[in-house]
Amino acid sequence: MIPWGDLMNINLDLFLTFMKIGAFTFGGGYAMIPLIQREVCDNKRWLNEDDILEVVAISESTPGPVAINAATFVGRRTSGTFGAVCATLGVVLPSFIIISAISFVLKAFQESKAVQYAFMGIRAGVLALILKAVYTMFMATKKHAVSYVIMAAALVLTAFLKIDAVFVIIGCAIFGLIWSLIFRREKRDDMD
Amino acid sequence: MIWIDLFLTFLKIGAFTFGGGYAMLPLIQSEVERHGWLTQAELVDFMAVSESTPGPLAINMATFIGIRTGGIFGAVCATLGVVLPSFVIILIVAKFYEKFRKSRAVDGVMYGLRPAVIGLIGAAFLSVGMTVFFPGGFQTSAFGTASIWVSVGIFALGAVLAFKKLHPIAIIGISAVIGIIAGYALGL
Repeated sequence: MIPWGDLMNINLDLFLTFMKIGAFTFGGGYAMIPLIQREVCDNKRWLNEDDILEVVAISESTPGPVAINAATFVGRRTSGTFGAVCATLGVVLPSFIIISAISFVLKAFQESKAVQYAFMGIRAGVLALILKAVYTMFMATKKHAVSYVIMAAALVLTAFLKIDAVFVIIGCAIFGLIWSLIFRREKRDDMD
Repeated sequence: MIWIDLFLTFLKIGAFTFGGGYAMLPLIQSEVERHGWLTQAELVDFMAVSESTPGPLAINMATFIGIRTGGIFGAVCATLGVVLPSFVIILIVAKFYEKFRKSRAVDGVMYGLRPAVIGLIGAAFLSVGMTVFFPGGFQTSAFGTASIWVSVGIFALGAVLAFKKLHPIAIIGISAVIGIIAGYALGL
């Protein structure tokens, strides 16, 4: 049994470490993984390199922000459910404070001509970033007839038929499951 | 009640986003539009700010939308909502990790979800594109205005820089500067 004092130290340490990770990652998600690796593996030795790969693999196949998945997983591994709460709270807090502050500043300046011009430019820049994100994900995915059909169907259903994204996600998940169980025998044999 | 509504909406967004970040955009778009919380242009602005400030994109967006629609407590509700599904699911999955990893059902679901997310972000790209190039709705007369060509130019430059792997914050900064210069120079 770990003494109470040590347990509190670990939880406080988790909170502060993930607060640091939250405060110094831009863009979040996968950008956060190298930082987590450095803090959690190299500095604190809470987890090893294999565990980090596990974190990434789980984050990819569970819903929600990658940063939250990673913080919860590391916190739980290190110090149970309360550790998970501390790590998650830590990673969320810097964003929360910074965005709250910016929101008020932005509101004060949103009538300014210069700010409006800046955002006119920024919107076009963000559009380019979204294009890049789609391209990167497209290149990283396995491409075969079924995946092209799913991609096209999801695009058409949301963009042109205005179906709610949640229903498209549920539909594609069910389709993937049924298709895999019926037609992807070779994959199943690999796994068994 | 706006607070409960924010919490439940972001709970749904958190539960159905796979891959985080940009994958969340189509869900936020349809929810925000349905509730009438923000205009499409405001959403894109929030996204730019979220991308240029530290922290996960998802948390930044939730806090931003929460605070704008329901004040500080609204931000707490939205952030809590977007965090909770991940948190609970990871606690469960971490316990059964081996089973989860080898599960045919999980593999099958992901087989359908991975390409779907790409299609969804593609759809978000098209609708954000409409907002950027045709802020007043689609009209052929828009092609005669200077502002659409400024946007097209910034988008093209941004795309080239993004594919050259320039950091997103640098691209947002450059776009802002060009926007300000072009705005004053052309009197948009």
